[in-house]
Amino acid sequence: MIEFFLEPLQYGFMQRALVIAVVSTAVCALLSCWLVLVGWSLMGDAVSHAVLPGVVLAYLVGVPFALGALLFAGIAVALIGLVRETTTIKEDAAIGTVFTTLFALGVVLISKNPSQVDLHHVLFGNLLGLSTSDLWQVSALAGAVLIILVAKRRDLTLFAFDRTQAHTLGMSPAALSALLLALLAVTIVSAVQAVGVILVVAMLVIPGATAYLLTDRMSRMLVIAPLLSVTCSVAGVYISYHTDAATGGVVVLTQAAAFTTAYLFAPLRGIVPTRLRRRHAAVGRRNADGGTHGTRRAGQDDSAVTVT
Amino acid sequence: MSTPVDTAPPLVAVDAVTVRYGTVTALDDVSLTLRRGAVCGLVGTNGSGKSTLFRTIMGLVRPDTGSVLIDGASITAARRAGKVAYVPQAEGVDWDFPIGVRDVVMTGRYGHQGFLRRARRADHDAVDAALDRVGMAEFADRQIGNLSGGQRKRVFVARAIAQDAPVLLLDEPFAGVDTTTQAALTAVLRDLASAGRAILVATHDLPGLTTLCDEAVLLQRRVLVHDVPEEILRPENLALAFGVDTTAEVSR
Repeated sequence: MIEFFLEPLQYGFMQRALVIAVVSTAVCALLSCWLVLVGWSLMGDAVSHAVLPGVVLAYLVGVPFALGALLFAGIAVALIGLVRETTTIKEDAAIGTVFTTLFALGVVLISKNPSQVDLHHVLFGNLLGLSTSDLWQVSALAGAVLIILVAKRRDLTLFAFDRTQAHTLGMSPAALSALLLALLAVTIVSAVQAVGVILVVAMLVIPGATAYLLTDRMSRMLVIAPLLSVTCSVAGVYISYHTDAATGGVVVLTQAAAFTTAYLFAPLRGIVPTRLRRRHAAVGRRNADGGTHGTRRAGQDDSAVTVT
Repeated sequence: MSTPVDTAPPLVAVDAVTVRYGTVTALDDVSLTLRRGAVCGLVGTNGSGKSTLFRTIMGLVRPDTGSVLIDGASITAARRAGKVAYVPQAEGVDWDFPIGVRDVVMTGRYGHQGFLRRARRADHDAVDAALDRVGMAEFADRQIGNLSGGQRKRVFVARAIAQDAPVLLLDEPFAGVDTTTQAALTAVLRDLASAGRAILVATHDLPGLTTLCDEAVLLQRRVLVHDVPEEILRPENLALAFGVDTTAEVSR
């Protein structure tokens, strides 16, 4: 058993893979809490695909790939905003149009420059092939995002809950929205080389969605999501090492397993406990009706508060 | 048209405000003052411009012409100083949001706090006092979706109280609430007004107007009548706003 955990750690690539997996999943998970509540889960999808041409161009020009990715993340967000605000097209259609276009541009660029970039690595990540400088780059970006998210968490939560109140208190909802998008772009750039374009989307949605099923307080979501996500990542990296399966894929499947468990069994919102409560309430009602007629009292079950 | 006598300078001065959405005129040359110590009712049909007027006073809508001054300063300055508190309609709130009653009320204190919005002793005290005042202290730790319609309203009134703003705007606070809550909230609003606040309440509850308000405005894109509630409730005035008798408009 100890062998299972210690054996992989004798390799430098496994150490780096674990550190980067932990750091990038923690930040993605934290961010995902706000994304699922604002309704921006698709934004993660869009931005992570749209950075592809930036990555390719950065390799071609010879600048750090994070720079190109960040530039195109910004372009994607700006274009989505532009299409949404200058037409009556709905947000999801604007997002879908912009990110597929940019992604296609990236695919075309790669096909014309096949030797520079390995599309497979960009799409699915290369968690086991990261260098020490990659490690520092990811850690620096993720660390910066983490600090800002934690410092401004109350403002971001108010933005997600009640933009009008944020405005009334003299804050700028537009600035908070831009901050969240900028943090999203930086997070994606830092996570993309670890788990790849496609799987970063999962890390930006699943942890927040899972934590939402497990609690009804934002403050707790912000603890549960990263903890759960990091645990899943570490487990995923180990499982992939021992089964020789694609690391990014296994990491996300582990997170999906956690989501499924929460979906079924979460005490508050899981479907099994909810069904059981409902059946319990129905049985209770029948017993009450059969017994002392008309003396059933509402509000006995604390979880079933009547809402008018 | 007689306006109740002013003794102090108005806290909110809406001056000849016109707001257009495309070709639709939502507010047409609206002038209105809110004074300290008074509750002003805002009465009109759906689509009469009540929400637009709120949004204009909060600076969410820029008037095409005209101006709004709050305590003698611009809306932006007033917002930064936390001078306007707003109680939204129930439909505008995400009741499934993972937030508790106490947390919602605490957001009213953000204007009093620093960059990190760390709550101090005074903030916790203000939140407790506000919850107490609307009778929601025992529900402080509930998630907001697990409340009745009346309790939900009380939470947002508590938030406005905790904010401690001189101007209070309430959009339909009595829609879908029980009579106990309505009476309790009316008493709280009367108290807040006596303490020197200016309060504007959009309401469909005409019978409750005289108990709640010192004055009221009949709005139908324009200010039709601005007077004491008894005058507002005269059939010929109500007909103006609700269009029962269209010829009455000529006699104005």
